[in-house]
Amino acid sequence: MEQNKDDKSFEQCIKCTVCTVYCPVTAVNPEYPGPKQAGPDGERYRLKNPYFYDDSLDFCLNCKRCEVACPSNVKIGDIIQSARLKYSKKKPKLRDYMLANTDIMGSLATTFAPLVNASLKLSPVKSLMDQVLSIDHRRTFPAYSGQKFETWFKKNAVGKQNNFNKYVSYFHGCYANYNYPKLGKDFVKILNAIGYGVRLLEKEKCCGVALIANGMAAQAKEQAEINMASARKAVQSGTPVLTTSSTCTFTMRDEYPHLLQVDNTDVRDNIMLATKFIFELVDSGKVKLSFKKEYQKRIAYHTPCHMEKLGWAIYSTSLLQMIPGIDFIMLDSQCCGIAGTYGFKKENYPYSQKIGEPLFKQIQGLNVDLVATDCETCKWQIEMSTGVTVENPISILADALDVEETERLNK
Amino acid sequence: MRFDTITIGGGLSGLVTGISLAKKGQKCLIVSSGQSALHFFSGSFELYGNEGNPLDAIAKLEDSHPYSKLGVEKIKTLATEVKTFFSEMNIPLVGSVEQNHYRVTPLGLLKPAWLTMEEYAKVDDPKHMPWKKVIVLNIEGFLDFHTSFVASGLAKQGVECSVAAISLPELERIRKNPTEMRATNIAKVLVNETLEHLAKEINAVAKDVEAILMPTVVGLLDKESVSILKQKVQKPLHFIATLPPSVPGIRTQIMLRKRFQELGGIYMLGDTVLKGEIVGDKLQSIQTNNHGDLKFEADHFVLATGSFFSHGIVASPNQVYEPILGLDVDFNGARSEWYDRDLFKPQPYMKFGVATDKNFRVKKEGKTLLNMYAVGAVLSGFNAIKEGCGAGVSILTSLNVAQEILK
Ligand SMILES: Cc1cc2nc3c(=O)[nH]c(=O)nc-3n(C[C@H](O)[C@H](O)[C@H](O)COP(=O)(O)OP(=O)(O)OC[C@H]3O[C@@H](n4cnc5c(N)ncnc54)[C@H](O)[C@@H]3O)c2cc1C
Ligand code: SF4
Ligand code: SF4
Repeated sequence: MEQNKDDKSFEQCIKCTVCTVYCPVTAVNPEYPGPKQAGPDGERYRLKNPYFYDDSLDFCLNCKRCEVACPSNVKIGDIIQSARLKYSKKKPKLRDYMLANTDIMGSLATTFAPLVNASLKLSPVKSLMDQVLSIDHRRTFPAYSGQKFETWFKKNAVGKQNNFNKYVSYFHGCYANYNYPKLGKDFVKILNAIGYGVRLLEKEKCCGVALIANGMAAQAKEQAEINMASARKAVQSGTPVLTTSSTCTFTMRDEYPHLLQVDNTDVRDNIMLATKFIFELVDSGKVKLSFKKEYQKRIAYHTPCHMEKLGWAIYSTSLLQMIPGIDFIMLDSQCCGIAGTYGFKKENYPYSQKIGEPLFKQIQGLNVDLVATDCETCKWQIEMSTGVTVENPISILADALDVEETERLNK
Repeated sequence: MRFDTITIGGGLSGLVTGISLAKKGQKCLIVSSGQSALHFFSGSFELYGNEGNPLDAIAKLEDSHPYSKLGVEKIKTLATEVKTFFSEMNIPLVGSVEQNHYRVTPLGLLKPAWLTMEEYAKVDDPKHMPWKKVIVLNIEGFLDFHTSFVASGLAKQGVECSVAAISLPELERIRKNPTEMRATNIAKVLVNETLEHLAKEINAVAKDVEAILMPTVVGLLDKESVSILKQKVQKPLHFIATLPPSVPGIRTQIMLRKRFQELGGIYMLGDTVLKGEIVGDKLQSIQTNNHGDLKFEADHFVLATGSFFSHGIVASPNQVYEPILGLDVDFNGARSEWYDRDLFKPQPYMKFGVATDKNFRVKKEGKTLLNMYAVGAVLSGFNAIKEGCGAGVSILTSLNVAQEILK
């Protein structure tokens, strides 16, 4: 496992500028120096003198598309994010705290969900947020659920989970917990149907992706340690840690060691998206899925940036294509522009929408029932910008699954 | 995970193979670790770099040459499909199989070419140059193109050349850092309204000439910017290749990949094939970096991993090897025989590559693998640079292997 502490990969840069070709930000924002200059080139100067650090690095989405394209294996995105964490003198604003602490905000909001949801839709509230907090007023907020997934699980599902002889652990993430517990429920439904009991981690904290993006490294590291301690216990007891968000997965597997110097070598291979886990079971013949005959939908798949970096889109898309009633379309792999909390910020909003424009156009031209994607922030962005409903592949599978027949096949 | 055909390497060869198979309904996967030789593309595909009819020279090649395995008749048939193949993805090409034309190099020389992208400068006969008087333009501060080289080269052919550099405020930011003034970065700026400004500047200097020649710094992600600029300038506009990275090459790579995916192919970029499992005389499956233990199985496999430059073959102190499966490689025994001290002589190592039978099936320890082929730059027996046959070998062996697989 490569540790980024003294990453020298910038020295491998051959100045070919291929990274810049594929950077979504340089295409729309002339203020951004681009991956080559912000990454390997800038790093040379910063190592000489931190004075050379430049706040325009905040424009980087951390999408890692530059890394995927680089022929020399330079960890460009990591270099840029590490530099932001190390050199940025900017203090996170109240807004950044609010956006970054998805779990604290989630807990508060869940308690007052109807009120919060209603007020986040009101234009006076939005304009207040815009002016006071610089959260762009054009942004639609994800709704909060009245009941957390964890609460639902403890009330309704936990008892049944002991009737299995194989188990998985579930890292649900903030989104399934606070905004969309249905995703967590769908996960439990599928795993149970294929013969696996579901356990929650002893202690789960937000993966910290938003903390990293907002420069709060210390807090991110604390949360990472807690998550990895829980994951370690789960893995030691013989269960893999499954997720339903590509971003949480990528953060825990790769950003923890690369950006936060949290060692995860012993558990990394056991942290994976549920679609990868399920696909491999089906592919190796250990599990069979049966789908409802009447499920008929035209669905396009969007590859989130971190999914592109993981290279794992193939698991989700292969599973979706197993559903007989699906008319499947693969969208061009390109950034939707939101990049977590990035697109919520007033200073980024126009760039965010401009980056996503080609994707939105493609979706609008296809006349699909649903867009499928493994990332919740892509979901908000695409729903807000195209009006098309977006679902996680796990939810689509759960809707299409013939539960009784699947249970019978995997007895 | 199972496919009909898996191609290792997603440059020109891998994509031509993948597209040809996906067109016929095959379920295809391409795994590609990084960018390809297309990022260095000159704008012209070369079949064979002689003057006149390339097929004449091809007929005289040694048996070990990939072209000799195809044979002249086959080459002729396959080569005539190529224009249509590329025009289907909006890459119009001009040229003919039986008569080379010439492209203008960044040094102002004329080099034989087979098919040239439509927007490039092209010369049919150096004795009758297509222009008498041209202006050679550059972008101020762009160091990967030298108007003086091009102008003096063309002057030798009797073309009267003036030169000029164009400066645009939109390029101010990237001009601050000389290493950012690369063709691709400039092309990212030269879009939409900026094209309007560019055309205005060009029209102001290109008055009393028959044609405008300029470096390929337009049209990175699609060809539209090229067409818009051509419409807006008042004289015929032709492009000349820059030093790498190549804007039209990257566009070609993007268009090919897009086409492959539209046909249902799966393209995994940024992933590397690490090993494979051979059972008997067949390759059963491969494994990649991103996917750990997962085995990708297929009926057929195609090796399109390029030459030394792309790590398709690797040199260690005393041998040259194929890093994924340890396939047989054709190379001269001792390291001292790999190079010729005279740098201008053909270098023996340029011909090193993976050994194949007459149907381009690979071998391991002398035994042919029945379901695995090699195509393009990874093959042995030719010197792409010296002979001027890189793209020809890549495209034609790929089309041929796709046909073999479909048999
Ligand atoms: C600098 C340069 C410039 C050239 N210019 C021209 C020109 O202008 N005109 C012309 O006709 N010919 C040119 N050629 C010749 C060129 O070789 C061919 O035209 C052609 O582009 C070769 O294509 P290819 O797909 O066979 O190999 P490549 O383009 O080298 O592609 C090989 C691909 O395989 C990938 N790969 C390698 N190993 C693995 C692995 N283990 N797992 C996954 N992927 C892997 C690489 O990342 C790469 O993307 C040039 C060659 C070079 C080196
Ligand atoms: S793609 Fe990689 S090698 Fe090329 S300029 Fe960017 S960082 Fe450097
Ligand atoms: S991570 Fe994304 S936004 Fe940041 S430099 Fe790389 S490509 Fe650009």
